[in-house]
Amino acid sequence: MTTTSEPRTYPFGLPDRLNLDPRYARLRAEEPLIRVRLPYGEDAWLATRYQDVRTVLGDPRFSRAAVLDRDEPRTRPEPTSGGILSMDPPEHTRLRKLVAKAFTMRRVEALRPRAQEITDELIDQMIDHGPPADLVEEFALPLPVTVICELLGVPYEDRKDFRRWSDAALSTTALSREQVQEYLDNLHEYMAGLVARRRATPTDDLLGALVRARDEEDRLSEDELVRLGVGLLIAGHETTASQIPNFVYVLLTQPEHWQRLRAEPELVPRAVEELLRYIPLGAAAGFPRYATEDIELGGVLVRAGEPVLAVVASANRDESVFPDADTLDLRREVNPHVGFGHGVHHCLGAPLARMELQVALGSLVRRLRELRLATPEPELRWKTGMLVRGLESFPVSW
Amino acid sequence: MGELRWRVGVDRETCIGSGICAATAPNHFTLDADRSRPLAELVEPDDVVIDAAESCPVEAIAVSDASTGERLAPEE
Ligand code: HEM
Ligand code: SF4
Repeated sequence: MTTTSEPRTYPFGLPDRLNLDPRYARLRAEEPLIRVRLPYGEDAWLATRYQDVRTVLGDPRFSRAAVLDRDEPRTRPEPTSGGILSMDPPEHTRLRKLVAKAFTMRRVEALRPRAQEITDELIDQMIDHGPPADLVEEFALPLPVTVICELLGVPYEDRKDFRRWSDAALSTTALSREQVQEYLDNLHEYMAGLVARRRATPTDDLLGALVRARDEEDRLSEDELVRLGVGLLIAGHETTASQIPNFVYVLLTQPEHWQRLRAEPELVPRAVEELLRYIPLGAAAGFPRYATEDIELGGVLVRAGEPVLAVVASANRDESVFPDADTLDLRREVNPHVGFGHGVHHCLGAPLARMELQVALGSLVRRLRELRLATPEPELRWKTGMLVRGLESFPVSW
Repeated sequence: MGELRWRVGVDRETCIGSGICAATAPNHFTLDADRSRPLAELVEPDDVVIDAAESCPVEAIAVSDASTGERLAPEE
């Protein structure tokens, strides 16, 4: 066993585009659980195999709430300050239930025609202006931002402000500590203002429903209400807006896949799942969990009170679950990927994100059939110092 | 009382294996072959079962009153 050896520095290195560090494959094969030291916080275990990752995320003996009392291992200076992702049941369940209904597959399907309409307008505009276009600014951002604004009830006109501020939430080193704090304060103030307006004039949107759940039924605190609004606004677009260009990048740089989708657009839903599996969206492991009792994991005894990081992107390349795991296979039939996490924190927005990604990709392969990179691949600029991987801008032509 | 029972069902065709129910109500649900399954079909009333049904993203969990068949969760 190597459990007594020095912890390894983590993350292993800076993310290289959408490539997954080959060290994860070696760890899955040889050392499924290792000790790591992050830039901030206490040392942790790192879990890389599919089953172990699912256990860490899904077994109630692992806690997220514990991070609030501990020096959480992390890649940025600020510790987590709360919110739905750092709660455990039953508090977590109370909040999650309030919003779960708005994000069920059934409710989200009702939004599909509107998402299609927004997508069609964006593509119309790109075609009107003619190539080249920046797929990030002109397509991938406005789609999820418009959808989450309408669902939540946030004025789309305010997007310049809240987009700049919401970068703070996903920044690791891209912004200074002071800037991160200032932007997050701005976002909370902004959301508190929207809440106050709903007290004066009730609305039918999700924010309006949450205000009623607070005022009429006392089902959440004022702080929880504002945080949840901010959380949904950020989560509702940053990830999807990064994934749309990531998807297109992978398909255009392995063009046989783009051609296949173009020929067989009915593969789009399955392709979306496969791209969610294949692309390591997170720059590194996600948010740590603390063991609340001694638990055997990956052949190692994790002690009560020790933190564990689960690498979702590594789990998604586990050969024991996904044959030819490093190969993109748009026809993959059995695909229980954990790209949306697992357990109580399984992505609330998964049905919405899936729908948006299907609409976006389906529309692009149908309408911009000759889509291609408008700059040489090595000149593409990738975001740095953020929790998720994505392109800064993505010039394309067609 | 002790008479009242709830019937718990999971539609395994619809379930996407999110693991939400099994982590929310570990005494009532478990994952097998990546799909959820109730540990018992008839249970004593317990709000956490309703919570799980209302948290399921694909509404694959149905909870009803065992004697009347009245649906308790999820809401229509
Ligand atoms: C491609 C797009 C997306 C991906 C890959 C993604 C991925 C994830 C993952 C992996 C988690 C679990 C984190 C953890 O357990 O540590 C998560 C949680 C969450 N996601 Fe997403 N997400 C996406 C889009 C969205 C959207 C559109 C929303 C809109 C509301 C959203 C809202 C949330 C929320 C609120 C949580 C926390 C849930 C909880 O703590 O109960 N996400 N997401
Ligand atoms: S919450 Fe729903 S989708 Fe998730 S495992 Fe349970 S039954 Fe399946």
